[in-house]
Amino acid sequence: MSIRAELKYKIMKDYGAPVLMAFQNVRRRKPRPTPAAFGSPLDSNQRLKEILSRHYFLSRYAPGVKKVAWVTSGAPVELLRAFDFYTIYPENHSALVGAKKQGADYCGIAEGDGFSQDLCSYARIDLGHMLSGKTPAGKLPKPDLLFCSNNICQTVLYWYKAIAHELDIPLIHFDAPFVTTEQTEADINYMAQQLQDMIPILERVSGRVFYLNIFEEILERSMETSKTWGAILDAMKAQPAPMTIFDAFGHLAPIVSLRGLPVAQDYYHILMDEINTRVTQGIGAISDERYRLIWDNIAIWYKVRFLATFFAERKMNFVTATYTNAWAETTGYLDVKDPWRSMAKTYGQIILNNNLKHRLDLMKGMIKTYAVDGMVMHSTRSCKPYSVGQFDLRKAITADLDLPAVILDADIADERVWSEQQIQTRLEAFCETLEGSKYG
Amino acid sequence: MADLYFSGVDVGSLSTDVSIIDHGGKVLSEIVIPTGVNGSEAAEQAFNAALKLADLTRDSITGITATGYGRASVAFATGKTTEISCHGVGAHHLFPKTGTVIDIGGQDSKVIQIDRQGRMLDFTMNDKCAAGTGRFLEVMANRLDLNLDELSSPLNIEGDSAPISSTCTVFAESEVISLLAKNTPRKEIVHGLQRSIVNRIWSMVTSIGIEGEVTLTGGVAHNKGLVALLEEKLGLTLNIPENPQTVGALGGAHIARRTYQNSLEADSI
Repeated sequence: MSIRAELKYKIMKDYGAPVLMAFQNVRRRKPRPTPAAFGSPLDSNQRLKEILSRHYFLSRYAPGVKKVAWVTSGAPVELLRAFDFYTIYPENHSALVGAKKQGADYCGIAEGDGFSQDLCSYARIDLGHMLSGKTPAGKLPKPDLLFCSNNICQTVLYWYKAIAHELDIPLIHFDAPFVTTEQTEADINYMAQQLQDMIPILERVSGRVFYLNIFEEILERSMETSKTWGAILDAMKAQPAPMTIFDAFGHLAPIVSLRGLPVAQDYYHILMDEINTRVTQGIGAISDERYRLIWDNIAIWYKVRFLATFFAERKMNFVTATYTNAWAETTGYLDVKDPWRSMAKTYGQIILNNNLKHRLDLMKGMIKTYAVDGMVMHSTRSCKPYSVGQFDLRKAITADLDLPAVILDADIADERVWSEQQIQTRLEAFCETLEGSKYG
Repeated sequence: MADLYFSGVDVGSLSTDVSIIDHGGKVLSEIVIPTGVNGSEAAEQAFNAALKLADLTRDSITGITATGYGRASVAFATGKTTEISCHGVGAHHLFPKTGTVIDIGGQDSKVIQIDRQGRMLDFTMNDKCAAGTGRFLEVMANRLDLNLDELSSPLNIEGDSAPISSTCTVFAESEVISLLAKNTPRKEIVHGLQRSIVNRIWSMVTSIGIEGEVTLTGGVAHNKGLVALLEEKLGLTLNIPENPQTVGALGGAHIARRTYQNSLEADSI
């Protein structure tokens, strides 16, 4: 750790970042007018933007001060926080690239290097970034460590192996056995042991010593943050819902990529307060909420605005999603007094590592508690673990709950997969079903 | 309610179809023309032809529903509805006991479940690839140097069929090229293509299920060999409309009629 780098980081943190934020606020284009179908936007959006810009801005000054880790969205990051790693989430970065409609460009770089077009677009965008250095975030630091878990998919392991090979850096993999019926004691012990085995490796890479009390403090904070996030999602049960799920896709970023840090914890209290105020005052996210919908699977990042507007104009609001729920669903298992085993339960049982029966019951529960009238499932080319089984889920849900549903073929971040005319027809037909058809 | 007429204009990817009905639902004229490159022009042309055939003027049409891929380009329409709802309503009027509609259109195919009033309950569509659609057959007819009528000739469904993939039009076309190179009889290839479409439809049918009578709509319903194969696969007899291509337009005309009647009821309240 050089003193110069440390000084630079400190200056940028205390002065550079605030100046940048102020500059951004001045430079900010006039916000696009909100279509009449929407209520007023959340004030918290501004704070969210600041946090994320600051996070990416400061990351370039991290090398030499903190070790940098690239982490998957489902990995138990709390452990890394105990060693003060600066964490970058390639999935979050790829979503950012996707939202800026640059996904195809980055994917093309990876494809040019020989990666298959059938590979997840988050992976292709990240590999495209690694190969070219391109990023809409200015500059990203090279990782010293890679940390992944197959609790979200198997792809992350091979994707991170490709990076580890290219950059010649260590990769830690947290192996989470798939929950076919119920998590077994053996699974829990196996995962708890892996977490403890990681400590000496993390000490070596970070050059820092592990202190249990610091780790427990981080775990406590992470738990509290996830619970606040869960409470925010719960507040969407209100009619009208105070936020749309498309808003929540954005507000998800800190719980994914800054989990365990005070900045995320503080942020969700700000958002919670604003949401609570809206609920108390009966303020809805869309002007006239007539129908309430559930979203399944990851967002279609390059079409969030299109979809939000399409549905709001038809007085339809997404009030819940399996995706946003994933960072709150299993938090209840966390227990600071039993950190290793409780983390195994929390991270081992998340939706993508759990069986279809679990997903079916979960979704049916959400449909009932959020008073949902219809379901939109995004079948995404990128994410097989999330998309396989959707046809069966749809069949079971429409049959049991008599709920109109539609499946959209698209992709999370590769906009080449989007076919607007076909999607539009499916969506309009879905709305016609939901409205009892114009013929009725 | 004398002298009230309604129309549906279905601007599809391959054909533009128009239907005109009177206030009692009687069909006065039906027109099918190729869409070509300009949907709004095709709509205009087909609509004028249908008016002429019915001996009506434009002013005499009270309500016009635009449907199909080009529905947004029909400037003279009074309403817009997706072809999915329209096919459901059209099939209901032709065969009132219809519970399931299989529509094999030019660009996509769909299975639609409707209730006893013709209201859509659920639907499923093919994904982006044109395999299992009218366009698929058109591409293949071209490759086999057959016209669509020749491709549709009733074939002995017990006969041999060449195995052809049902997942991708482009791949299927290269398979056909290889089969031709191996001197596979054209009849077997045609048979294989029909089977490929039927398999595609079958997977959609299984995902949504069959209720009530099944009506087949869309131009592909003219293909007798395919109809026979599909009936065999489903184990039932399909309702085949006389003009399967205009069912969507007919549904559109009925929706326009119903919308007008509803507005009268609303006014009288």
